[in-house]
Amino acid sequence: MTKMRVREALRAAMIEEMDRDPSVFLLGEEVGHYQGAYKVTEGMLAKFGATRVIDTPIAESGFAGLAIGAAMVGLRPIVEFMTWNFSSVAFDQIVNSAAKIRQMSGGQLHVPIVFRAPNGSARQVGSQHSHAMEHFYAHVPGLKCVAPATPADAYGMLKTAIRDDDPVLFFESETLYSLSGEVPDDPAFTVPFGQARVAREGADVSLISYSRVVHTCLEAADALAKQGIDAEVIDLRSLRPLDEAALVATVSRTHRAVVVHEGWPYGGVGAEIVDRVQRLAFDQLDAPVERVCFLDVPMPYNAALERLVIPQVDRVLEAVKTVTYAR
Amino acid sequence: MMAKLLDMPKLSPTMEEGQIAAWHKKVGDQVAVDDLLAEVETDKATMEFRAFDQGTLLAILAPVGTVVKLGQGVAIVGVPGEDISAVATRRDVPATPAPPPAPAAPSAAAAPASVAAPAPPSPAPASAPSRVRASPYVRMLARERGLDLTLVTGTGPTGRIVARDLAASPPAAPSSVASSRRVPLSMMRKTIARRLTESKQTVPHFYLKIDVDAGPLSALRAQLVADLTSAAKKGEEPEKVSVNDLLLRAVAVALARVPECNARFDGDAIVLHDRVDLSVAVAVADGLVTPVVRDAANKSVLEIAREVRALAALARSKKLAPEQMMDGTFSVSNLGMYGIDEFAAVINPPEGAILAVGRVRDEPVVRDGAVVAGKRLSLTLSCDHRVIDGAVGASFLAELRATLEHPTRILLS
Repeated sequence: MTKMRVREALRAAMIEEMDRDPSVFLLGEEVGHYQGAYKVTEGMLAKFGATRVIDTPIAESGFAGLAIGAAMVGLRPIVEFMTWNFSSVAFDQIVNSAAKIRQMSGGQLHVPIVFRAPNGSARQVGSQHSHAMEHFYAHVPGLKCVAPATPADAYGMLKTAIRDDDPVLFFESETLYSLSGEVPDDPAFTVPFGQARVAREGADVSLISYSRVVHTCLEAADALAKQGIDAEVIDLRSLRPLDEAALVATVSRTHRAVVVHEGWPYGGVGAEIVDRVQRLAFDQLDAPVERVCFLDVPMPYNAALERLVIPQVDRVLEAVKTVTYAR
Repeated sequence: MMAKLLDMPKLSPTMEEGQIAAWHKKVGDQVAVDDLLAEVETDKATMEFRAFDQGTLLAILAPVGTVVKLGQGVAIVGVPGEDISAVATRRDVPATPAPPPAPAAPSAAAAPASVAAPAPPSPAPASAPSRVRASPYVRMLARERGLDLTLVTGTGPTGRIVARDLAASPPAAPSSVASSRRVPLSMMRKTIARRLTESKQTVPHFYLKIDVDAGPLSALRAQLVADLTSAAKKGEEPEKVSVNDLLLRAVAVALARVPECNARFDGDAIVLHDRVDLSVAVAVADGLVTPVVRDAANKSVLEIAREVRALAALARSKKLAPEQMMDGTFSVSNLGMYGIDEFAAVINPPEGAILAVGRVRDEPVVRDGAVVAGKRLSLTLSCDHRVIDGAVGASFLAELRATLEHPTRILLS
């Protein structure tokens, strides 16, 4: 085990896969000379040279389309967007090309590509730069969507993503890049998709989450423990494919669930989780499932208002009160 | 035309309410006069509910499973697009299908002090048993542990029973309650419960038991079976006659001779029936019914045999018409085929008596001072003492025994 930050874990995964497979290459805005907008790709230009670490112009639609074409003819591109917000410029390429080519070509072509970027809220970056884009993309058949919360999962899942023969959308978090944790030293270590992680075991209520807010849930679980409530925290890690068995298993243990995520309440991954829980584990439910997510407004710039919109520990505690009938 | 509320019709003479078993039209369908609208489980059978009106089915107010009282609305017909709100809000519309307008209040005794705002009082209709509100998990636990949730007070919102209420509730202790299941009463079981309770509580029963030498009856039956077999055309099933068919005919003959037992109590009078209409108890999947063989004293054994078999088949497929189960004058219940030696039956009101028939037993009997192999049949008559006194009942049983022990009377009289 080596202790490293999420940005180092991501970098290690990319370097190991580029060493292992010469068809893997990296492109995006500022990934080379600037060493990455968030320093994830630091040192990679020097190591692999400008043919495999490519600085692109500020033209997401163009370089996303270019990379999809490269994937169709046998390369394995890693596309770094500066943030997932900017992927909306490349939405057509991702949804209409990357996601559809395999089906439309009758399986003759496939698109082994990874799109990765920080996602969700950061700190006072305004409504246009605070999107939780996974809800848009997880809607689309043909796209795998994953969102790790720890350095080990960032490392293991990015390697799985690069080795996958289909498009994988990899959702990171700006505020997690500096999070430290143990990462296995084994270069063969990978984390399969579609398997949730029990981040904390508990018996009274399930906090179901992914990415940055897993840590909000763990903090809430500590606070709940002081009140005598034993919360389980589920880190989904993979949004599509979704680990239905883990959802059933946790609700069968606790009989109460709160789904916590970034992004708005209408539709999306949280609604999908609630659907599975009520449909697959109906008899296990002692209370309606609660959700804690963005308030249903564009993200305010004002720091105090922004805090109200983003899921916080206090809102998780309130939701737990509701599902445990403690109010 | 104005939208019209279709009421639950009286589909059997004793029906007070009906449960919708199936809808054969859906909202938006055209309805013509005499179209099959729905099937309704009544106290007697599953009946067809046919339309008296025409138009378009605009709303179904009583979904499948709803119990509806006579005269309450079950559906609305009219012209597509017309406003049915006035019709649909009439007070005689069953409350069940509507969304619960307000939650049931938790019972005052158990309401926890922490409940800040008390739930509004429930306007649930007095006729319908109030629905148990419980979380799915609680319902699963109740099924697994055999708990009766009607005994548990819910402390969740709107009085919902939640898991913690089971832990707090003494009758919910799983170790103290044996596993069981609650099976909601079908309409037939409700009818059986109501009528037989009424009978046992209001009719002064007494019982007379007699043993009959069934040797001649068994011999006659064997002879009849042999004759019918040889009379059957090639390739055809021979007609069948059972001991019970012979017995029914014997009962009819004996009742014709002792008409005081073919009677019922009617408030300030005893009604003596001129005709013997025998109610024959038939066990069916969920209970029993008593189809009637009319004028049995004037029918041959073969006619009775055919009729009983046809009625029993209808009963088992729940296709008996109500008039086929009404206005019997005397009942016969036979449990011989289940190996029962003798039993006492509950009178089927408003009839005045019922005969309980056991099996034909092989027994040692004393004949001319010697013990020999014989056959015995036990008959028990339950009498309504307001109609039939002991001596009258005894004379009927003596007449019946004489008929059974000289069974040519069954064929000749």
